[in-house]
Amino acid sequence: MHIPDGFVDAPTSAVAGAVAAGSVAVAARRCGEELGERQVPLAAVTAAFIFATQMLNFPVASGTSGHLLGGVLAAVLVGPWAGVVCITVVLGVQALLFADGGLTALGLNVVNLAVVGCLGGWLLYRALRAVLPDGALGVELAAGLAAFASVPLAAAAFVVEFAVGGTADVDLGSVFAAMVGTHVLIGVGEGVITALAVGAVLGTRPDLVHGAGPPRPREVGAEEVAA
Amino acid sequence: MTGRGAHRFWVAAVAVALVLAGVVSWYASSSPDGLERVAEDQGFVDRAEDHLLGDSPLADYGVEGVDDERLSGGVAGVVGVVVTLAVGAAVFRLVRRRGGADPAP
Repeated sequence: MHIPDGFVDAPTSAVAGAVAAGSVAVAARRCGEELGERQVPLAAVTAAFIFATQMLNFPVASGTSGHLLGGVLAAVLVGPWAGVVCITVVLGVQALLFADGGLTALGLNVVNLAVVGCLGGWLLYRALRAVLPDGALGVELAAGLAAFASVPLAAAAFVVEFAVGGTADVDLGSVFAAMVGTHVLIGVGEGVITALAVGAVLGTRPDLVHGAGPPRPREVGAEEVAA
Repeated sequence: MTGRGAHRFWVAAVAVALVLAGVVSWYASSSPDGLERVAEDQGFVDRAEDHLLGDSPLADYGVEGVDDERLSGGVAGVVGVVVTLAVGAAVFRLVRRRGGADPAP
């Protein structure tokens, strides 16, 4: 779902760029405060893993494909703030090295995939943890469901940007329906891959999974996003 | 970190990423992704502009000058994983130091 240059006009892209820069600056400061020495390699490996999986487009409907966005995966593994930095690193490498995702659209892509996908997905994950049973199954289920929902959420964020600064005069209602409809399908893949990946790390190194802590409020994870 | 077990986790994690990007990516769908498809169907795909770095040697996940499609895509994927790993490690070490967490050893 990488937005190329040209879909959204320059002023809107610039505003998104400012929002993205501010969000990433806050995320960098917050994750600098809370990231343990041991989590630095996991955060880097998570970014590399998300880069790799974003190359793996899977078919979702006739003539359409999708790939992992990775926001919820990153948030659950390394925490929401480090997750924002992870996704931003991936988007930066893709745009600068592989000409994937426009340069002027980088801010839009960071807003949709890192801020909405990762922070928004993390809020969903926390809410789901509070109602789902404790334990590994609860963590995997909450991660999978939040990941599923985060994809149409990010797609809807694109439609908002397109409504504000879209460069084509097309019916926004049908763009919204098509974006959300298609990305609900892609979200199924996102949910399955996220649940499996979180399960794999939980099964081998549960100590590394940031989001596996107790689901109740008053716990550090719940305050992070609220603060 | 507790000895060999901890070490093995990192080796396995990086190996999985390398294999996914270097080999499994051969089998990735080449259909347009969700946004591209919607842009086609809704009639605004022609608004997309050429990427400013579209002529770069690794543009579109291929290596310039390598004709074999699998080799080209596979090498690009491996380079991407290594670069992302390196950039990620550098960025996280930097923000961690600046964030005032306990000093790096």
